[in-house]
Amino acid sequence: MKNRSLVSIDDFSKKEIIGILDRAEEFEKQPVRKLLEGKVIATLFFEPSTRTRLSFESAINRLGGKIVGFSDSSSSSVTKGETLHDTIKMVSSYSDLIVMRHPVEGSARFASEVASVPVINAGDGANQHPTQTMLDLYSIRKTQGTLDNLNIFMVGDLKYGRTVHSLMMAMSNWNATFNFISPEELKMPDEFKLYLDNMGLKYYEHTDFSDIISKADIIYMTRVQKERFSDPIEYEKVKNVYVLRNDMLKKTKPNMRILHPLPRVNEIHTDVDTNPKAYYFNQAQNGVYTRQAILCTLLGIK
Amino acid sequence: MKEPKQLVVSAIQNGTVIDHVPAKQLFKVIQILGLDHIDNQITFGTNLESKKLGSKAIIKISEKFFKDDDINRIALVAPDAKLNIIRDYEVVEKRVVEVPDTIVGIARCMNPKCITNFEHVVTKFRVVSKKNVALKCHYCEKITNQENLQII
Repeated sequence: MKNRSLVSIDDFSKKEIIGILDRAEEFEKQPVRKLLEGKVIATLFFEPSTRTRLSFESAINRLGGKIVGFSDSSSSSVTKGETLHDTIKMVSSYSDLIVMRHPVEGSARFASEVASVPVINAGDGANQHPTQTMLDLYSIRKTQGTLDNLNIFMVGDLKYGRTVHSLMMAMSNWNATFNFISPEELKMPDEFKLYLDNMGLKYYEHTDFSDIISKADIIYMTRVQKERFSDPIEYEKVKNVYVLRNDMLKKTKPNMRILHPLPRVNEIHTDVDTNPKAYYFNQAQNGVYTRQAILCTLLGIK
Repeated sequence: MKEPKQLVVSAIQNGTVIDHVPAKQLFKVIQILGLDHIDNQITFGTNLESKKLGSKAIIKISEKFFKDDDINRIALVAPDAKLNIIRDYEVVEKRVVEVPDTIVGIARCMNPKCITNFEHVVTKFRVVSKKNVALKCHYCEKITNQENLQII
């Protein structure tokens, strides 16, 4: 996998994904390893994303690598009108690998074609965010002991949420059953349901999940944003349906865990936080190990 | 006897005749095939009557024979185009065009947030449906379908 880029989760085969998850497991046992000594990693954040940037920078620092870059485009040459093409050409010659977050969709694929070093997509608009998917997979495997045959509940904004789309595509490699729970206006788009149909996988759609929650192995929560609704009354009607509270978790399976890509606003009540089934903060921590594994793999470091 | 001039223009000895091009797409077809940059003799007629297309165009190119890959690039703008391969004034072969598996540099991605609409990037698509043409952008991964298809 040396010198390859990670732009979209389907750039990696099932076997390659497992390879990264296994490697991340080693980093969890021993996170501080100077494998990137002497390497320079560029972190180009054309739009701010504190969580993702800190997670990457923590991963790079623990590996002993050095960082160059910027955390929002106002402090970069973009304000002078430089094209992405030229920025990437230049940064390629300064660094061994580029981590890039950019608001324009497809910018990461383009950058990977222009760059002479590997590119990791840390989010390109509403398109892809593969390292998030990788850490979601890691968290699922770690909490369930397997990725096979799980019942995955996806809750909230399933129309615009890129994390649920990528995770759904990735989990389809492991014979998952999906339950999609969302308001009518934010349903899983047809193209993804068609994808599952073609894969021969089962999925069910609901507008409420209190009756079926006992079947879940994983509940993946996302935020229902007011601005996604064309009619504000519709939002008012449904805003409390997609909030997870501690008393809803009584009948859930012992192995069930709650995931959330964060930031959370109010879709998971804070009374859930102390429940052992709440896993979202550990999930964020897993992001560092997974990113360590991805960095080393793409740089061909054993 | 003087040679009738009209015949020299309307028939070709060797080459390719592209028929059933929608009249509106004539210049697109010329552009896509790069006919405006070659030295061969080319004649074309447009706004000709056609039962199938309403009004059609026809292009005749002397001493030019296309490879399938090249000619299929016009399938997006002229899906019903028919090719007659001419040797010694005779039609020796008839061919139809077929939508290729990938489309490079012909169509525009309909996603306004796609990088190809921001910066100078040659567009590239995987054809996910040939019947009702649907193109998946290599960059932003969004689908551009027939109704929204724009030729650059």
